[in-house]
This record gives sequence, structure tokens and C-alpha cells, in this order.
Amino acid sequence: MASLSLKHIFKEYPNGFKAVNDFNLEIADKEFIIFVGPSGCGKSTTLRMVAGLEDISSGEFRIDGELMNDVESKDRDIAMVFQSYALYPHMTVYDNMAFGLKLKKTPKEEIERKVREAAKILDLDLLLDRKPKALSGGQRQRVAMGRAIVRNPKVFLMDEPLSNLDAKLRVQMRTEIAKLHERLGATIIYVTHDQTEAMTLGTRIVVMKGGVIQQVDTPQNLYNAPCNLFVAGFIGSPQMNFLNAVCQAEGERVTLKVGEYGIELPKEKAKKLIDGGYKDKEVILGIRPEDVSEAGGGRVGAQVKATVNVYELLGAEVYLYCELCGNSMTARVSSSTTAKTGDTREFVLDVEKIHVFDKETELAITN
Amino acid sequence: MNTKKKQGSRNTGVYVFFAIGSIVMIFPFVWMFLTSFKTVAESMQIPPDILPHQWALDSFKDALASLPFGALYKNTILLIVWRVICAVAFSSMAGYAFAKLKFKGKNLLFGVVLVQMMLPSQIFIIPQYQMLAKLGLTNSIFALVFPGLVSAFGTFFLRQAYMGIPDEISEAAYLDGCNQWQTFVKVMVPLTTSSMAALAVFTAVFAYGDLMWPLIANTDLKMMTLSSGLATLRGQFSTNFPVLMAGSLLAMIPMVVLYLFFQKQFIEGVAMTGGK
Repeated sequence: MASLSLKHIFKEYPNGFKAVNDFNLEIADKEFIIFVGPSGCGKSTTLRMVAGLEDISSGEFRIDGELMNDVESKDRDIAMVFQSYALYPHMTVYDNMAFGLKLKKTPKEEIERKVREAAKILDLDLLLDRKPKALSGGQRQRVAMGRAIVRNPKVFLMDEPLSNLDAKLRVQMRTEIAKLHERLGATIIYVTHDQTEAMTLGTRIVVMKGGVIQQVDTPQNLYNAPCNLFVAGFIGSPQMNFLNAVCQAEGERVTLKVGEYGIELPKEKAKKLIDGGYKDKEVILGIRPEDVSEAGGGRVGAQVKATVNVYELLGAEVYLYCELCGNSMTARVSSSTTAKTGDTREFVLDVEKIHVFDKETELAITN
Repeated sequence: MNTKKKQGSRNTGVYVFFAIGSIVMIFPFVWMFLTSFKTVAESMQIPPDILPHQWALDSFKDALASLPFGALYKNTILLIVWRVICAVAFSSMAGYAFAKLKFKGKNLLFGVVLVQMMLPSQIFIIPQYQMLAKLGLTNSIFALVFPGLVSAFGTFFLRQAYMGIPDEISEAAYLDGCNQWQTFVKVMVPLTTSSMAALAVFTAVFAYGDLMWPLIANTDLKMMTLSSGLATLRGQFSTNFPVLMAGSLLAMIPMVVLYLFFQKQFIEGVAMTGGK
């Protein structure tokens, strides 16, 4: 396996459009890196540059210290799983998996052994003689994975490999991929726009927007300490609530005024706001739906009253979409709630979990 | 019940319509067959008799005596084989390049191909003949094959076929270790075989029916094709129709054999190319 280094990578098309802007990332051996972001954020373009399918406009891309910018795809020792699987329709499952090895002139017995081994791991033993058109979506996806595995490449690239599967199969395959990473100890770069996949699979996540890296961190850190409004909103489902607030300070005490409510911040967060010179300035208060609970449950925090606009039952829990002083706020509460659409209820905001963002730069102040 | 009756009478109408269409289509062939067994006087008779009075084979004997059919068959088969091989091979490569490769001036070059396709082929006859004449290559198999070595239509047709293959397939091949040529031969060509077969059939039919160029390029009867050879049976002032029809029947044999073997591809080819 291998370590990768991407330094000041740019991708600019002839029409002047910059798809990737100053991308810097060091990927350690055996890491499972996730590129995540909305459509058109440059994640697939970056992956394709790593694969050698797109030219790098400027910057340096290295595998194990070796410059790869001008090395052809076939010589990079990289395997890729495509969103559409890209299986060869005229070949059987066996031939699809063996194709790369045959090109390398690997001995027949070794090809046979490797293909059968990978087929066993992926539960494809009985499908080896079938053509791709005779397989289900999930089976095709596994063949695509098998084709990558048998080559034992330095790096695995996966471009939204689960997005063509139905929800149930996606969850199943997600687990399979996680197991596979553990088993192979491979360096994997995985592109997705699904933040659940990103959170569950990645050792580190790269959040991108408009061709620019927003934050690179572990899933937990991204969730707990997003560096800006975009990351805070992108990671987590339902997304973080953003409330317009005014920062009021009296000595060391800092209160965020949301409409008629004053929400007092813990000392650490208060200090950051005072030090940043945010006194009497407008800021954005961010709080995740799971940190908003109904009053009376024994939770401690700032109490506010909000009107429930939509009640959404998900079985184990309920999402309450509310209005709080002109702001939209979602609360994730237990399904035992008695709240109904149109009710005005008291909610408790966990002040320890509050994030504060600069309204102009959208950068996090308290993280 | 009423609906069933209506449906039945509508079906009958459709069958009658198609039957008339079939008769119109098959009539020239039947007439050619019947005429080939008639005498000259019978063939010119007005009103004409549908069936010959005697099923004579004289016209076939005369046709075989008037034309070197062996040479004509050989030339026609060589013309078809070479044109099919060259048109499919070169169109396939050019079509792949236009569909999948990135190079400067690609669109401009493809525009040139399209222009060539749009221009009537007769425009090129004089320069092509002059080239061959200067090279001393007239009255040869090469002269017959030469204008069909590359096919603008084939390039366009196979480009469309390659464009229908997702880019991910060729990208997967590159990542698996293929170079450009291996990607083309091992992955792309097998995926376009039905289009290639259609082009082959289309090219074969066109080459078989091509009259003007073989007539100009090869004036030696032994170097002519079936179509140009048959044309010599037409006199300036009179034509022996039974002999001409018998010759035409004999000339049809290669196409009938080809059709029997490649019936599926013929139909696919017509459907895919919109030809007839």
C-alpha cells in the first residue's frame, strides 16, 4: 500500500473554469479518505486527477514520494471502482476480474487463484460464468470491487460506488466496504455526496466546496468542531440549526440574544467571543437538532419557546420543524413526544453544544 | 363482440395494404425471372404474356457465353471483400478517434468528414480517375476498391456507436493496464460488433450495386464487376431483354447467398443505418 501527497493541485479547464483550487492533502498509508461535498465541488475531478484520467493543471501529485503528474493511469498502480461500475459487458465476471492480471501477463494459475479468492471474499463464487447484464446492481458492484481487489494495487479509488444501489443494499455494501478496508489494509480514496457514508467509512474526511477544501478532519471532529458554516451545515442530518443572534457581553458573561431570548454561553466560548471583538455584533448561533430537547426532560440549558410547524415521525424518533423568533429550528426528540403541529412548546438548547459563527466570514468562532 | 368484429376488419385492411405493398416490391423480381425464360419476341410482345410459352434456358446460355461470369464473380467478390474490410477497419479506427480521443482540431476534422458525406460521390470521380490513370492503376482490382477504402458514412456511423459506450468503460480499461490500442481492440471493438456487422452489410450491398465507378475505372471486360459487365449487355439501339434478365439473375447469386448467411445483420443494418 502507499502514501499519497497532493500539493497545490489546481485543475483549470480551457474555458477558464477552475474545478479544483489549491488542493493540499497528505494521505498516510492505509488511510480511508473520504472526499465529500455537493455536486460540482471538485471531488470527482480530484479523484480523476489522482487516477490519471484528468491532467493536473498545476501542482504536484506523488505516490510514495514519486512524482506522478505525467505518469499514465496504467502505470500508477491504482484501481478504481466507478459509480456506473464500468464492467466490460462482453466479458464474464471471471474475465472482468482477470482482465487486469492478463494484461500484466500474470501466470494463468495465479490469475485463477486470485480471482477465486476475491470471488470468495465478495460472495461471487457462483456467478463467475455470468455476464454483467445477468447480474443485479449489488452483484455488479461487487464485481467492480473484485476487479479492483485482484490487482492488489497501491491505492483504491472509489467514485460514488454505492449511489446506484437502493437504500437497503447501500447500507449492506457500506458495511462490506468497511470490512474490506480492514481486511486489505488498503489506502482508499472514496468520493461521495452522502454524508452518512462519509461519517461511517472514513478515517478522515475532506469536505469540499467550489473546488476548495473546507476542512480535513476525522468524522468526530468534523461533527463536533466544524470550521465554518458550510461544514457545519453539510455534516449532520438533519442539518445544524442556524439562528441569527446578537452577542451581548457584560464583563466575562456573554449572552447571545435570539429574538426575546438571551442564551448565556459557557465561559470558554464566551471568552473566544470577547477576545474576537464580537461584543454587540451580529453572529450566527449553530445548534444541532439532537442538542435541542423538549423542556421538562431533566435537560439543562437555555429555554426557548417555539411553534411546531411540521411533525415528522421516523419511528424511533421525531423531527419537529419549528419557528423560533423568525428562525427555523429543528428538534430531534423522542417518539413519545406529545407535540403536534401548531403547538407552541418550550425547548431546551444545550449551551455546551452551541457553535458560534462570524456572520460575514462564516468562520467558526468558538471551535 | 362488436369490438372484435371491428378489430378483425381493421386487421384485414392492414393485411390487404401490406399484401399490395409486397406485390409491388416483388413484382420486378418475378418479372425478371419470367422474362429470362422467354424469347426476345415474347419479351417485347404487347400486351405481354405473364408466363413464357416455353421455359427455355437459351438466354442463360447466351448470357454465360457473352460475359466472362467467372471473372465478374471473382472481381465482384474481391471488390466487396476489400471494401468491407477496409471500410470497417478504417471507419472503426477513425470513429473511435473522433468519439473517444482528445486531440486538437477534432471537431474541424469531423466536420470535413461530414462535408464529404454530404457531397455527391460523383464529384470525386474525375480526380479519382485522374489519380489512378497517372499511377497506371486503371483496369485493376485496386482501381475498383480505391474509392471505397475509407468511408465517411462508416466513420460517422461507427463514431455514433462508440459514443454510445460510456467513457468509464475505456477509463476502466486504462486503469486495468491497457494502452490506447489495447483499449480499442480488447474492449471497444467487441462492444461495437453489431454496428460493424451492419456497416459491413451496408458496404457490401453498396459495393455490389456500384455501377458508375467500376464502369469508368475498368474498361477491360475481364476486370469488370457483375454490375458493369451486365451493363455491356444493353445495346445502344436494341437490348436482348431475356439475356439481360438471365444475366441479372446469375449476378444476383452472390447477394442471395450473402443474404441467406447474414439475414439478421442485413435487417439490423437497414434498421440501424436507415438505408434500403
